[in-house]
Amino acid sequence: MLSIKNLHVSINGKEILRGINLEVKPGEVHAIMGPNGTGKSTLASVIAGRDIYTIDEGDVLFKGKNLLEMPIEDRASEGIFLGFQYPVEIPGVSITNFMRTAVNEQRKYHGLDPIPANEFLAKMEEKKQMLEITAKLANRSVNEGFSGGEKKKNEIFQMAMLEPSLAILDETDSGLDIDALKIVANGVNKLRRPDNAFVVITHYQRLLDYIVPDIVHVLFDGRIVRSGGKELAFELEEKGYEWIKASLV
Amino acid sequence: MKIMDGTIVTSYNTRDALLKLYEENSERIGKNDSARISALRKEGISLFKQKGFPHTKLEKWRNTDLSKVLNHNFSFPLEADSGEVDFEEVFKCDVPGFDTFMVAQLNGKFIDRGKIISQSVQGVVVCSLAEAFIKHPGLIEKHFGQYAPASDSSLTALNTAFARDGVFIYVPDNISVTETVQMVNLIHSGNEVFLQTRNLVILGRNSSLRLVQCDDSVDDQIGFINSVTEAVIGENSSLDHYKLQNKNDRSALINNIYFQLEANAVLSTNAISLNGGLIRNEANVKLNGRGAHADILGVYLMDRNQHIDNQVFVDHSQPDCTSNEMFKGILDDHASGVFNGHILVRRDAQRTNAYQNNKNILISDKAVIDTKPFLEIYADDVKCSHGATVGQLDSEAMFYLRSRGIGMENARMLLMYAFAAEIVNRISIPQLRLRIDDLVKKRLRGELSVCDQCVLHCNAKEQKVAFEIDMSRI
Amino acid sequence: MEKDPNNILEEVTQGDYKYGFYTDIEMDTAPVGLTEDTVRFISAKKNEPEWLLQYRLDAYHKWLEMTEPTWAHLLHPPISYQDIIFYAAPKKKKELSSLDEVDPELIATFNKLGISLEEQKKLSGVAVDAVIDSVSVKTTFSETLEKQGIIFCSFSEAVQKVPDLVKQYLGTVVPSDDNYFAALNSAVFSDGSFCYIPKGVRCPIELSTYFRINAANTGQFERTLIIGDENSYVSYMEGCTAPMRDENQLHAAIVEIVALKEAEVKYSTVQNWYPGNKKGEGGIYNFVTKRGICKGNNSKISWTQVETGSAITWKYPSVVLMGDNSVGEFYSVAVTNNYQQADTGSKMIHLGRNTKSTIISKGISAGFSNNSYRGLVKMTKRAENSRNFSQCDSLLLGDKCGAHTFPYIKTENKTSIVEHEATTSKISDDQLFYCNQRGISTESAIGLIVNGYAREVLKQLPMEFAVEAQKLLSISLEGSVG
Repeated sequence: MLSIKNLHVSINGKEILRGINLEVKPGEVHAIMGPNGTGKSTLASVIAGRDIYTIDEGDVLFKGKNLLEMPIEDRASEGIFLGFQYPVEIPGVSITNFMRTAVNEQRKYHGLDPIPANEFLAKMEEKKQMLEITAKLANRSVNEGFSGGEKKKNEIFQMAMLEPSLAILDETDSGLDIDALKIVANGVNKLRRPDNAFVVITHYQRLLDYIVPDIVHVLFDGRIVRSGGKELAFELEEKGYEWIKASLV
Repeated sequence: MKIMDGTIVTSYNTRDALLKLYEENSERIGKNDSARISALRKEGISLFKQKGFPHTKLEKWRNTDLSKVLNHNFSFPLEADSGEVDFEEVFKCDVPGFDTFMVAQLNGKFIDRGKIISQSVQGVVVCSLAEAFIKHPGLIEKHFGQYAPASDSSLTALNTAFARDGVFIYVPDNISVTETVQMVNLIHSGNEVFLQTRNLVILGRNSSLRLVQCDDSVDDQIGFINSVTEAVIGENSSLDHYKLQNKNDRSALINNIYFQLEANAVLSTNAISLNGGLIRNEANVKLNGRGAHADILGVYLMDRNQHIDNQVFVDHSQPDCTSNEMFKGILDDHASGVFNGHILVRRDAQRTNAYQNNKNILISDKAVIDTKPFLEIYADDVKCSHGATVGQLDSEAMFYLRSRGIGMENARMLLMYAFAAEIVNRISIPQLRLRIDDLVKKRLRGELSVCDQCVLHCNAKEQKVAFEIDMSRI
Repeated sequence: MEKDPNNILEEVTQGDYKYGFYTDIEMDTAPVGLTEDTVRFISAKKNEPEWLLQYRLDAYHKWLEMTEPTWAHLLHPPISYQDIIFYAAPKKKKELSSLDEVDPELIATFNKLGISLEEQKKLSGVAVDAVIDSVSVKTTFSETLEKQGIIFCSFSEAVQKVPDLVKQYLGTVVPSDDNYFAALNSAVFSDGSFCYIPKGVRCPIELSTYFRINAANTGQFERTLIIGDENSYVSYMEGCTAPMRDENQLHAAIVEIVALKEAEVKYSTVQNWYPGNKKGEGGIYNFVTKRGICKGNNSKISWTQVETGSAITWKYPSVVLMGDNSVGEFYSVAVTNNYQQADTGSKMIHLGRNTKSTIISKGISAGFSNNSYRGLVKMTKRAENSRNFSQCDSLLLGDKCGAHTFPYIKTENKTSIVEHEATTSKISDDQLFYCNQRGISTESAIGLIVNGYAREVLKQLPMEFAVEAQKLLSISLEGSVG
């Protein structure tokens, strides 16, 4: 589904990713772990198409298409969803209006007619119930005045609405209390299907107690330095990132 | 009308008297002028002749009426007065631990006390403007009149035409001036004087200077001061500037300052107005190089029939500059206040960050405030915000204090003090901050009058302040 | 990869004006230019009583003594008043008694604008007064309203039908010498709407006036007078469009509102006069004086405006809060694009005790336009315990436009509270990226964000208008929507 080959990325002349290789297949859940500042969020942003980065080398293919040549919104319509670490506030724009615009633009991309209003509202309701989100969220402006937990729940809700084939969750667990974390993880588990995939970026092993990954990667200094099964996460938790650093020398 | 050695005593038509004065003395005034400066003076006097004094039909003067304060029998001293004042007494500074290099002007004339700033060996110059015209013609030629355009205001034009004396400060590149320079402008005259002082402050690159400008009256005579200061702050340099104003109720003070900031220069200017019949402070701040930053602050505490007018113009002409304006005032009795802030962000001044705020408290129903915080923006990648409030003391805070057993009067005082403290606390010279803090408290208690000495020598016996409460705990 | 945001901005700001057509209707016009005879001509055409002619002549003479104001942040070539036609009316064949007698071209014109003059086809619950060039051509639902004692008719009709009411209130809110354009209007006003809500009546439907400039070289000077008698309520809407022409056309209207004790008047405008083309040629010069007075205690006047049209807008809907506990509100969205210039805002004059006012202004500038908020909040000595809150935000789309804020605040008593806040910002790259990532194109994202930005104001509009206003915002800034 997603195939990243030898990806080199820099910002303002400073190299951040130094040759990333990553294969994600349908039905898989990947976890990317690593200390702060090693390029985890950069990788997520580059896949989504953030234009502040320079791609120096490498390829990113998604369902066989060259992702790097696509505008951001086309990538989204192709099925890539980024759960933001810091979701931005858009004052005055209700989540309902925002989601309807997004759903319809994505439908337009696939040559479909806009979703009828009643169907759309029913879908909102269904997803909200599935995710155990209280009704109030939907009528508020996008992320405006939301608590950290509400913002993250809202990201998962949008993911449920847009039904992406690849969801990248960038530190979705940061700033969450244990109850919010469960709701978020629960949502992800409910949305797992054989034909979609998840890349979960996290700093701590905690989230992986709830979202069990198939493959764990350790990102360090712009490279994936180790990959393995879920045991790798426990090992990391136990020994800390110093262990990785030491083993690299 | 009588004329005696350069002093003309007129009745009422101040404009004509000034024009005549200029005509009769232009040679004497401009004896050390270069061709450029001579042309500046001519331009100045002709603009003044054409426009006269600013009047209330002008947008910027709508709420400040000069007609009354100009309607006096002024004298226009061109030369220094003789020594009726005991300078040593005047220049005795009692701010504990506040060691300054003090320069004084009496009735607009620089008083040479033979003192030389310690860093003069490194090229720092503090002298009279008249002296600078003779000794530093290169610097004068390069800077004088470059930052204060005569077209800006007829008062600036008039000042340029007559500019002879005032303070000249030059700090070369890479020098941090260790002593705080304190300029004291005293008025002491048997006559009703009309004075024009002109100061020029030049900072080279990577330099810094602290400057305190005190305007005081020594007596209760009528006076009109039209002061213009030009200050240019070179690349990476910083100027920490304070204006302290404690004038009598019969005086009018126009204090017009033009700051120009080059790349990465930092300015902090703080206007503290405690007393004065009519005070108008104009701060023109031109951010002329990338990365420059200006803090423009002010606090005013006015009562009786006093009038305070703060005009701030911040010109963001280059990208990546920041400015922060905050003026707070308390007006009592029949006092009137004006705040006119204007932020201009020019077309290419991207990534500007500008903030402007004016907060006022009216204590009496006779007091009036006019506030106009303007934004004029032509660049899109900017963060600009402004606010203005007029109100009274927070009734909930009052209730809170009183419920803790603090009496009504003290609670009021405490809240007013806390209101002003936001500005006072930003004074970076600790001894000065303590002194001003004390003066503000005295002012609020009604104990500060224009003492017979400058604002920093207030000899009144220290009284225990009744409201020494740690505001941070409320 | 990502489209250049500048190109997208250009694309989204290329919206076309879709009301720019011209209807060929037989017209009755005054000779070009303005003299005392012009004033007499207009008055005679309308068969006005002598006092009204004198009122006009008095205004005309005052106007001659006045000069055009120059304080606004606006630049335009001098207006040549002697080249304007001050009166133009669709030629009437005879007195209209039913819709069948209205020129079919006119009905077609209004249909094209989405305004049906046939009551059965109309939006339910809205009565319309349609004004073309200088005169009212048709008022719908007037019989229905009459049953409740509500008078809703053209101004000329009111002069004939209820002259005493007109005489009692005309010029009491906006005196004929209030300003240059008010004096001009007072001399040559042609027609407009008149509305009187009797004591204790809640007007059951929205009242609406639709203004259309059609004829060339013609100025439009309509006059609206709304009187809310004690304890009454009315919601009033105003819409306007004009054909596309290369020359500038002058529009100088006056709206006066009087709210007596406990009355509430809500006035909404969607102003969509022709804004000129992309090079800034043509378009309406819109110099309008709108003012309401809360005369009685506990009365309320609320202005809501969505300003998207006109080459120049000079307009400050104001409220004089005279009655104790009265309330004034001003909600505004002003969009300028291409070379449009707007200098608009509000005045809140607090005279009564415990009066409250709110100003919410959202300016959106694009292209080469300049958009200024100018407002005055005045607390007089008597206005004890009064409050004002103002928020004036500006949004800049592109780096060639300007956004300015000129608030004037004057307070003369110690118990009132005035708060003013303003921010200037642009649509952040983060917001655009977030929308893009959800599959929303940049063009749609800008529309979405701008509508969200203006929501606080749009929600004040009556339902029927809100949809139109939202579309207009998109049309003004986007290419294809609508």
